Amino acid sequence: MSKVSMTVNGEAVAAEVEDRTLLVEFLREHLHLTGTHIGCDTSQCGACLVHVDGKAMKSCSMLAVQAEAAEVVTIEGLARNGELHPMQQAFHEHHGLQCGFCTPGMIMSAIDMVRRLGPKLDEATIRHELEGNICRCTGYQNIVAAIAAGAAAMGG
Amino acid sequence: MYETTYQRPKDLAGAAAAFAAGGDARYLAGGQTLIPTMKQRLAAPSELIDVARLAELQGIAASGDVLTIGAATTHAEVAGSATVKAAIPALARLAGLIGDPAVRHRGTLGGSLANNDPAADYPAAVLALGATVHTDKRAIPAAEFFTGLFSTALADGEIVTKVAFPVPAKAAYEKFANPASRYAMAGVFVARLKDGGVRVGVTGAGNRGVFRSAEFETALSGDFAEKALAPLSVDPAAMISDIHGSAAYRANLVKVMARRAVKAIE
Repeated sequence: MSKVSMTVNGEAVAAEVEDRTLLVEFLREHLHLTGTHIGCDTSQCGACLVHVDGKAMKSCSMLAVQAEAAEVVTIEGLARNGELHPMQQAFHEHHGLQCGFCTPGMIMSAIDMVRRLGPKLDEATIRHELEGNICRCTGYQNIVAAIAAGAAAMGG
Repeated sequence: MYETTYQRPKDLAGAAAAFAAGGDARYLAGGQTLIPTMKQRLAAPSELIDVARLAELQGIAASGDVLTIGAATTHAEVAGSATVKAAIPALARLAGLIGDPAVRHRGTLGGSLANNDPAADYPAAVLALGATVHTDKRAIPAAEFFTGLFSTALADGEIVTKVAFPVPAKAAYEKFANPASRYAMAGVFVARLKDGGVRVGVTGAGNRGVFRSAEFETALSGDFAEKALAPLSVDPAAMISDIHGSAAYRANLVKVMARRAVKAIE
């Protein structure tokens, strides 16, 4: 067992966990932040994607203890005072989801994309950058449209 | 995942000491191979020793004709580094082709080399550029580092600290990625060295791991042109054959990727 402490969605959290606890298990089972999903469990689908120190990472492929002292942001940490994040709003407006299972990972990935590449994203770039996120409903069309709109909205 | 214990030593000496004191210990860097492997219970180290934050393993620097990259540098950092782009742009491009954006935020150069996956990208560049792999104990020339599938010249407990890449006159990396995993089905790194020599590193295809193609190098040394490779063929007997592609398919891919890389330099 190890003591782990980090900031999750702006709040300091600390807990005693088994060393083998994955970050996604810590988020879901210890903090009850179940918006971060476990899809494939083989590091390919991106449903577990969160931001660690401002960068997109797969929370199923790292241990909670590896995030010691880090700033973690999950899908629950995006909305401000009841207002959706512009990327969440864009997914809502463009219906960028079918079953919704991949959506948290898609949105976290999209925001990371904008941070790295800026708010003007063309379709080819978005599709290429989404290679680490899988939608089982094959609903990419609206996801891509949502990300383009959300990126533009984030740019101001 | 089976139970394990995790520790994060403060310095390189502490990491080596923790390894020596452990049972079946493994170093952990980005963990993008090790953690998934442990989840599938294909690996079950009793101790994990996290080296990702060690100061001795950080940093990118170019001086003279050598580009040095710390072992804990992530693929994203290499891909985005102005220093790497200026010295060896093909290396930055290669790093940006590894996995997907989230994997590149965690996976490291040292981790990739120590693992020596036969479909990993970095080994092709390390071999083609004649890089030197530095460890906490010694310096290992690329030609001696890769010893077979998932095996290297690293001794038990030895830690890769940095890699020194001689800057070539020109270089290019072309890869045919498996559409699902993004691992190379064939990746060819062609380097035109400052002394006029040509070296070709091939990953993803050889059934004994990364290798240099002496035939391609000889042909390109005589005439550095895509057409110099046209009459050559790759022996399928030395290629990987699996559900993703037959040996003959990979043999052809190696040639196609080599031609594209040469064309990119020409």
